[in-house]
Amino acid sequence: MTLPVIETIGAALPFDEMGEPENCRAQYQLIQRWMAEMPPELLGLKRREAELLFRRIGITFAVYSEGGDPERLIPFDIIPRVLDAAEWELVSRGLRQRVRALNEFLRDVYHGRQILRAGLIPPELVLHNAGFRPEMQDFEPAQGVYTHVAGIDLVRLGPRDFTVLEDNCRTPSGVSYMLENREAMMRLFPDLFARHRIASVSHYPEDLLETLQSVAPPNCAGEPRVALLTPGAYNSAYYEHSFLADEMGIEIVEGVDLFVDDNIVYMRTTEGPKRVDVIYRRIDDDFIDPLTFRPDSLLGTPGLFNAYRSGNVTLANGIGAGIADDKAIYRHVPAMIRFYLGEEPILHNVRTYSCGDREDLAYVLEHLAELVVKETHGSGGYGMLIGPQATREQLAAFADKLRASPGDYIAQPTLALSTCPTFVESGIAPRHVDLRPFVLVGKEIRVVPGGLTRVALRDGSLVVNSSQGGGTKDTWVLEG
Amino acid sequence: MRLHVRHQTSYRYDNPIAAAIQTLRLTPRSYDGLRIVQWRVWSDARRDFPVFVDGYGNLTHCHAVNQPHSSAVVFVEGEVETAATSGIVRGTPEPLPPLFFLRRTRLTEPDAAIETLARQIAPQGSALKQLHALLNAVRDRLDYLPGATDAATPAAAALAAGAGVCQDHAHLFISAARLLAIPARYIGGYLWTGMESREYQASHAWAEAFVHDLGWVGFDPANRICPTEAYIRTSVGLDYWSAAPVRGVRRGAAAESLSVAVQVTQAGGDQ
Repeated sequence: MTLPVIETIGAALPFDEMGEPENCRAQYQLIQRWMAEMPPELLGLKRREAELLFRRIGITFAVYSEGGDPERLIPFDIIPRVLDAAEWELVSRGLRQRVRALNEFLRDVYHGRQILRAGLIPPELVLHNAGFRPEMQDFEPAQGVYTHVAGIDLVRLGPRDFTVLEDNCRTPSGVSYMLENREAMMRLFPDLFARHRIASVSHYPEDLLETLQSVAPPNCAGEPRVALLTPGAYNSAYYEHSFLADEMGIEIVEGVDLFVDDNIVYMRTTEGPKRVDVIYRRIDDDFIDPLTFRPDSLLGTPGLFNAYRSGNVTLANGIGAGIADDKAIYRHVPAMIRFYLGEEPILHNVRTYSCGDREDLAYVLEHLAELVVKETHGSGGYGMLIGPQATREQLAAFADKLRASPGDYIAQPTLALSTCPTFVESGIAPRHVDLRPFVLVGKEIRVVPGGLTRVALRDGSLVVNSSQGGGTKDTWVLEG
Repeated sequence: MRLHVRHQTSYRYDNPIAAAIQTLRLTPRSYDGLRIVQWRVWSDARRDFPVFVDGYGNLTHCHAVNQPHSSAVVFVEGEVETAATSGIVRGTPEPLPPLFFLRRTRLTEPDAAIETLARQIAPQGSALKQLHALLNAVRDRLDYLPGATDAATPAAAALAAGAGVCQDHAHLFISAARLLAIPARYIGGYLWTGMESREYQASHAWAEAFVHDLGWVGFDPANRICPTEAYIRTSVGLDYWSAAPVRGVRRGAAAESLSVAVQVTQAGGDQ
């Protein structure tokens, strides 16, 4: 799993989710009392208990950049992050709006490209982008849906200011942590659940399955057969793949378990071939079909794309959805919302400088020490610069990289990510958090209340990526 | 001109293989310079293959054999009526805009030598003049030498070797044209050479470039001409990978021997 996100601290004091100790926000009042009443030893005990729980369930996450235990646990923090009903209503409305616009954009860029004709996005930015797949031109996926599972990374900058850091329209991961975190919290602190009305998240697998079934190809007769396609047990998110397949009660398959005949996809089973109608694929476009994409891929199924293009199988997410979550496209999402929906964006965007643009590049080089610079095609918090935390040498070296290939980078101001009380070595202290909610798009749009809250465990750190030493929290949405 | 095409691709394996699948872009689409009289694609393994239109507008067949086999033969047979258009291509389905065809690919990625070539062509003036100069410059720099390159050779490597086949001529032409900010694309097809010889390779590749006021114009650098009524255009793409007439994947450990026979002859009496 790669969880791409980050940010840094600005001069302004960040918004705290709980509020000041003497002026605690309403939704945290019970939590505050609970924290105050709990003896520190008990907190420590509960945390060790939580770790044991996770070890037993086996949630692990292979971290690529660090040595040591390759099946490292993502640290789980036992203090929940809480959103009240009004906050969630705002966020979920914003998510639905944004994901509708992203899907409209995908349909448009693979058909008439009205948004380019209207001059709202430079055509080269789309047409020359590796995320734009010409193979998808003029193809209409079932129900017109391209991104069926979207993970929208949010940060909170103020009471009503939820800002999107990044859209993930391809194969966003992390939902299994959301589900397991809830499970663990309910086992550890049943009394806390008894005292709050917390919206359930446990129906996510059911919602996902219904979403997938609702996008079966039009010529699918009867109950659609759904399978989950994984790159295999060596993939860092394999745990999540098998977990979700299990929860949904569907087959988990690898590329070799499928074959294509007459542009129809079949699964090999002990009872002979079975037709597959919908594939929840967790393999990237490049590797999904060596007949159409990378010929050296051993992970995919040859002919899968031809079956897809012929309307005989649905791939979720669709091929070519990556053009919508490209970091260079991101800055245009508010324009998409206005163009396709005629609405004002509910969720905010971070001011983004495209280093490929000469004026923007000049600004970025001038203000490098204040900015966060990301690779346009990177993810997982790798290869980025956090200006305020970089040494002079690091800044100079990065400036050289920017001058050499400016088109590969975007820059954003450092943000004051909101903080949330977190149990750390020194006791309970505020740490920066973000939120990845999951949006399901089929015949209808569904948003599971909450999402995955990631927390930067190191003091002052803004890097919430699990690959960069971040942890997770249970996320509560209180029912009104 | 009425042209008749017979194209037979035979795959033989020294051991039976478990499965094989191919994407075939071997069917022309009608446009101002070509009308299909009849066209068929089939194999000894199955009578009909499913067909769909790909993102570039190519009629694409998918041929799958999912049982152990040690040989397979794919047949293409058809007849078309062509007309001379001075290389100008009109009436084709154009799902992707010209700007898209400025996109670089691995096979057409320019290096310093291709940049130099483009710089030498640039002073020719109009795009059309540049393209005609490029047509000859590409052929001057690449000797026709089968075996010097393979299907995966990028334009830059072919230029460094100074030799190649029609595919390499097309890639080099496309790479340099894009550097001159002229959209260019790869075309696969058949060519009537006037010779009835069975050995002569009548499968061919060339390029098209987008010229304002004219639209897409064909250029065949291998033969230093713009396509005539002897050309039958069957596939379009950014480069060989996306326009490949045949692309296949097989499962099973066996050595493959491939034999291809293509005949393009003048059909009927209406000459």
